[in-house]
Amino acid sequence: MMGMEFVSLSLVPMLIGICVAIACALPGNFLILRGQALIGDAISHVVLPGIVVGFLVAGTVSSTVMMLGAAAAAVLSMVAIETIRRLGRIEAGAAMGVVFTTMFALGVLLLEQADTSGVHLDVEHALYGNLEGLIWLDAIGWDSLLDPVALAGLPAELPRMVLVLLVIVAFTVILWRPLAMMSFDEGHARTLGLRTTALSAALVILSAVAAVAAFDAVGSIIVIAMFICPPAAARLMTNRLGSQVLVSVVIAALTAVVGYVLAGYGPLWIGQTASVSAAGMIATVSGVALALAAIWGPHRRRVR
Amino acid sequence: MVPEDRSGAATAAPLEVHGITVTYGEKPAVFSADMTVRAGELTAIVGPNGAGKSTLLKAVLGIVMPLAGQVQFFGLPLDKARDRIAYVPQRASVDWDFPTRVIDVVLMGMYRQLGLLGRVRQAHRDAALHCLTRVGMQDFAERQIGQLSGGQQQRVFLARALAQQADLYLLDEPFAGVDAATEKAIIGVLKELAEEGRTVVAVHHDLSTVPEYFDNVLLLATQVIAEGPVSTTFVPELLHKAYGGRLGAGQVIGALAETV
Amino acid sequence: MLSDALLLQLGYNATLVTLGAMMLGLSAGVAGTFLFLRKRALVSDAISHATLPGIALAFLVMVALGGDGRSLPGLLVGAVGSAGLGLAAVSFLSNRTRLGEDTAIGSVLSVFFGFGIVLLTVVQSVGQGQQAGLEGFLLGSTAGMLRGDATLIALSAGLTFAVILLMRRPLTLAAFDPGFAEVAGHNPRRSEAILMAVVLAVTVVGLKIVGLILIVALLIIPPVAARFWSEQSDRVLLIAGLIGGVSGYVGAAISAIAPDLPTGPIIVLSCFGLFALSFLLAPQRGVLAMALRHIRFRREVHLQQGLLAIAQGQPIYESLTRRLLIREGLIRADGVATPEGRAEASRRLRDVARWREIRNDPALEREAALYDGLTNIETVLTPDQLDALDARLSPQAEIG
Repeated sequence: MMGMEFVSLSLVPMLIGICVAIACALPGNFLILRGQALIGDAISHVVLPGIVVGFLVAGTVSSTVMMLGAAAAAVLSMVAIETIRRLGRIEAGAAMGVVFTTMFALGVLLLEQADTSGVHLDVEHALYGNLEGLIWLDAIGWDSLLDPVALAGLPAELPRMVLVLLVIVAFTVILWRPLAMMSFDEGHARTLGLRTTALSAALVILSAVAAVAAFDAVGSIIVIAMFICPPAAARLMTNRLGSQVLVSVVIAALTAVVGYVLAGYGPLWIGQTASVSAAGMIATVSGVALALAAIWGPHRRRVR
Repeated sequence: MVPEDRSGAATAAPLEVHGITVTYGEKPAVFSADMTVRAGELTAIVGPNGAGKSTLLKAVLGIVMPLAGQVQFFGLPLDKARDRIAYVPQRASVDWDFPTRVIDVVLMGMYRQLGLLGRVRQAHRDAALHCLTRVGMQDFAERQIGQLSGGQQQRVFLARALAQQADLYLLDEPFAGVDAATEKAIIGVLKELAEEGRTVVAVHHDLSTVPEYFDNVLLLATQVIAEGPVSTTFVPELLHKAYGGRLGAGQVIGALAETV
Repeated sequence: MLSDALLLQLGYNATLVTLGAMMLGLSAGVAGTFLFLRKRALVSDAISHATLPGIALAFLVMVALGGDGRSLPGLLVGAVGSAGLGLAAVSFLSNRTRLGEDTAIGSVLSVFFGFGIVLLTVVQSVGQGQQAGLEGFLLGSTAGMLRGDATLIALSAGLTFAVILLMRRPLTLAAFDPGFAEVAGHNPRRSEAILMAVVLAVTVVGLKIVGLILIVALLIIPPVAARFWSEQSDRVLLIAGLIGGVSGYVGAAISAIAPDLPTGPIIVLSCFGLFALSFLLAPQRGVLAMALRHIRFRREVHLQQGLLAIAQGQPIYESLTRRLLIREGLIRADGVATPEGRAEASRRLRDVARWREIRNDPALEREAALYDGLTNIETVLTPDQLDALDARLSPQAEIG
């Protein structure tokens, strides 16, 4: 029965994929306009030591503690990057490179030292997650969506990701005007009394929250791709900030669905038996979307 | 003259600066500058390249942090006077490839009226269009900002400042790299502002137009060399002090000496 | 144990790997400096992540042709191919579309890496047990390396360094003085291509030692650390090479003594250790030195402003100025100047008057330009010149 199989095996990973994609793409729009596109890259590397330390402290794979550790590592790294940039007068990209490689190296070293046998915690998992594994065992069909008993068995990642997405949507909608003004002309925004330092910190922290929440379910590589590719593709499709953000959301959701389907069913169509990594495929599809926009997008060229 | 005293706030100068020092690394860009701007008049900040003109403006507005000094607007600290101040930054300070239209940029000037979630109503749109009309840009409202020429970009920035309905306008090199038509349009608007009783301060680099455009002048060369009405301050010997004998400036000053 | 490792006493393979890592660090430090000085440090991140699909494809092709999928030369050829493609994609996106280079780098690295992961899962389903070696490219793995592979890595690291030495003139010129380089007949696009080729070579050689995620650290951290020690670019180049070489050597040696000390992370952390030392302690640009200078400088500014205010009978507005003056014994707690304060104040006022006089003298124009409000006049003029100046000053003062 197609419906039952789909609901229990594919619905939840697909929904999580969509939530992750949109939660990353929304702040990604402002990050690329502010020349901070690689912050997503940096964040997804630096959370590794935080997660390992969280694991060492809790002693088990406890999502809450590990997420707190990841968030702490992200904030610490952003402070370190700003410190190196300002006090050391080093260009932002290089400062970022110093910090995120060091944090990642620290994470790998800690992981090798920690006894993680028997728990699902290794570098590969951190990189490409396990989206396919988030199945809904209690579901027996579409009716399960209305069945409280079955709903109680939903993977915890889904409600968590929905919550994070709602927070990010609220942030984007409520602070839309200041975000747009700050991204266009930070100095002028400051003379109008906008707290631009706090606002840009909030943007980075929220990006970190999205990355950390997504990280556990889907791994870091998809997070980096979703921060950059959908907004970048959308930038080449339109010249209005509002429509850019909307287009990026649509592209993000579409790539999540198409990527998941291609990874799960694509190999079957060409006669292979095993499926391929869903996270990797979603990143690949987002790259295809960007390539199409870069070749045919109506606003792909610089004006001057 | 004590800063805590606010009794004279009603008649206080639009901008009063005491001993402001700004440094980049260990080199003062502006050293211990004092400045008192007269209400309802146009004041130029003039000085050689690297004299700290733009830095002074940015420090006054809190965009860069001064090492020392006190600033008051209308007798109030900056945070209490923001509604009365409008700033026009250098054109080159932003990415003109940003995805937005001319009218949206002007509406950004109304942020303090609109607030976070206030809806943009027809009245706001009309007001923004009126500001664009004042600078002669009404036909460009729906244009993408990247398609504008340099002069047009400068006029959009001025329109955004007009939308703020401020009492004090601070402009950073408003005439730099603009065409003659734009220069004429901008100075026309600035003079209108002064006639309405508003105050204008502009960083200015073209000595030849100072007497024609401005009422007062502040000569800056890291330190304030002189401050006062154009007739008494914009004179060859003070200009020599500000510029030294720098290449080119000599001739300009010489030519001025004949006209003034 | 550690001393054995540092003295290369842990066997032939470990010695080869350690020397290879040192050479790799040297090459990476120098090549990375060229990138860093052009503000393009993170391009290397895109290059290194873009090697993954090439490695996996090479494996699949070699298996399909009936060979051993793990053959290192074949895998490295694949890595070069896809990294080159990634580099081309970065330059297409940043030159031919309106996207910035950072956006281009981020999209290329994530998409190529994602596609590489997809191919790795294909390898897993095809290769059946053979694939273990491929994961090693993510984080590097030098433990149990084949002798042939170790030789290949040491040789190509040495070769890369030799190429950098040979090409240092066009590379240096293009990085520091592009205008002159062009006049001198160096094609800027060619030296760009040479630089990218060198970075590519460093990345590919580093795959097996440091791994593709962390190789970028060896290209970025040494130049950033070296920048704190010198303002001269040729010295930065040298110091960066040194820092990279030392980290490579020490990191590889340390990780050789214990199986759970992975080479890549240890090399990167050694590198960061050297960076942290440079950041804090370097004599000119180091943070401690700068903080001390800033505090001293701020004190100078406030004292100067406060003393001039005293000399001119103006109020002192800022509490920090007042505190500093009190601490120096120049004013009393009630704000009245002490005799020393008055003497110092009039001395400073006299110097301001002297500077004003200098400005009026066309002959002293060069000296006048040195004044920024704090410059000590005695460092600019000779005592004779000062006397002459004072002689001119005093009658004017009487008139004024």
